[in-house]
Amino acid sequence: MRDVAVIGVGMTKFGERWDKQLRDLFVEAGNEALKDANMGRDEVQALFVGNFSAGSFVGQEHVAPLLSDYLSLKSKPAFRVESACASSAMAFNLACMAVASGTYDIVMVGGVEKMTDVSAPEATSVYAKAMDAEWESFFGLTLPAAFALIARRHFVQYGTKPEQLAMVSVKNHRNGSKNPLAQFQFEVTVERVLSSPIVSDPLHVLDCSPVTDGAAAVILCSAELARKYTDTPVYVLGFGVASDSMALHDRPDITTLGAVVKASRQAYRMAGIEPKDVDVAELHDSFTIAEIILYEDLGFCEKGKGGMMIQEGETEIGGRIPVNPSGGLKARGHPVGASGAAQIVEIVKQLRGEAGRRQVPGAEIGMTQSMGGTASTCAVHIFGRRKR
Amino acid sequence: MMPKSPRIWQLAERRYRLLGSRCTACGKTSVGPRNVCPACGSEDVETVQLPSTGTVYSYTVVHALPAERERYGPYIMAIVELEDGTRVTSEIVDCEPEDVKIGMPVELAFRVIGQESEEGIIYYGYKFRPLVFRKTN
Repeated sequence: MRDVAVIGVGMTKFGERWDKQLRDLFVEAGNEALKDANMGRDEVQALFVGNFSAGSFVGQEHVAPLLSDYLSLKSKPAFRVESACASSAMAFNLACMAVASGTYDIVMVGGVEKMTDVSAPEATSVYAKAMDAEWESFFGLTLPAAFALIARRHFVQYGTKPEQLAMVSVKNHRNGSKNPLAQFQFEVTVERVLSSPIVSDPLHVLDCSPVTDGAAAVILCSAELARKYTDTPVYVLGFGVASDSMALHDRPDITTLGAVVKASRQAYRMAGIEPKDVDVAELHDSFTIAEIILYEDLGFCEKGKGGMMIQEGETEIGGRIPVNPSGGLKARGHPVGASGAAQIVEIVKQLRGEAGRRQVPGAEIGMTQSMGGTASTCAVHIFGRRKR
Repeated sequence: MMPKSPRIWQLAERRYRLLGSRCTACGKTSVGPRNVCPACGSEDVETVQLPSTGTVYSYTVVHALPAERERYGPYIMAIVELEDGTRVTSEIVDCEPEDVKIGMPVELAFRVIGQESEEGIIYYGYKFRPLVFRKTN
């Protein structure tokens, strides 16, 4: 397999984008990525797009040729990947393999979701489709409720506290306040998180990522072509993908996300690094408890010590391993199918040194971690300023 | 989302009776019939009646309601650990949110789960309620 590099990135403003349709959002992100790569659209050989549920949100399926058509990619192959919240991370993984194999030299990868056309209860029902429809959501389980079940077990088994969950939200909102594309550019306090309405106890509104419209896209090419387009390519050093049982109740211990453990170990091995070598990470903080468990399952800290890791500020910008400098899903926003690609956009900007007021100084190695449903799917990618 | 009418007939028995699968090769049990054991891959899997009592493994009170239950909540959702160790996702009923606890003994109850529309088909299935009379062997 040959090495691959990201040479262009683009992302829309995330938020309630009543001014834009699904296709408009993706075209905006795709055009920006092409411009960033100093590349004409005719050079793109294939499109890989992550999208969770355009059928439920806006009544449109078969979105890959739609987006290709509106980007004027002509008759190039266009693939849609659906892995719930990990859709565009999984699209990126397939694109990496397609370029590494030599099938294509240059591809566009991205994700898009247009969610705010439906009501909050309808959105809750669509999210629930990312779990087992027959044995979980039929009986009334929602996605926030599933993470609430996980949180309560984490509290009991490891002594994690609601205040520590709130600190994740406080950090990510602080970072998001420095990101002009973030949905929420304001800070919150622990008190405000804990006094916000309950979604599914012990999770409050400010423990949960929001409903968001947005798109993100990147241009991926073989490493030998990268310098033709940019002086600052960002190389893919390693990746890992894993699955877990669809239903949470089929796992021996719901406080460990098995797919995260497996995917990350594969990625570390392929990149030839250890967790301590990660300079900056964009993690899937769909709920604050998720970020705390991710610290543990990615090997950033010991099992059960995730609450202490946030409390001691180790994942702040300037801390031992800065996590979610973009604001994460919590503050940047979570247009489900676009979040994996948005994480990659952020890490590329961080490694290029273009992240402005939220820049992690001197970042050389970055990680993205994205997961679908209750982490029934997990994709981890590791990026570097230098080749493997 | 609620399934449409015909599928109900396939699912009725397993939902009404809390059927599960048991691998005759490795002994793994899980809720819902399966053709292949999720633990060892054996195709030698039988459909079994799961125990009707257990304890609450984890729980939450759902306040942000899905569209199908917009006028129903808040309600208690839990993962129940049955007496044989199999776990199942279920609502907890006949119990105030402040009274549910991890480890609380519960038993199977047969209840309405939802309705397709005002005059549409009614779905039935299992829920769990606090155990009132402990069984004696």
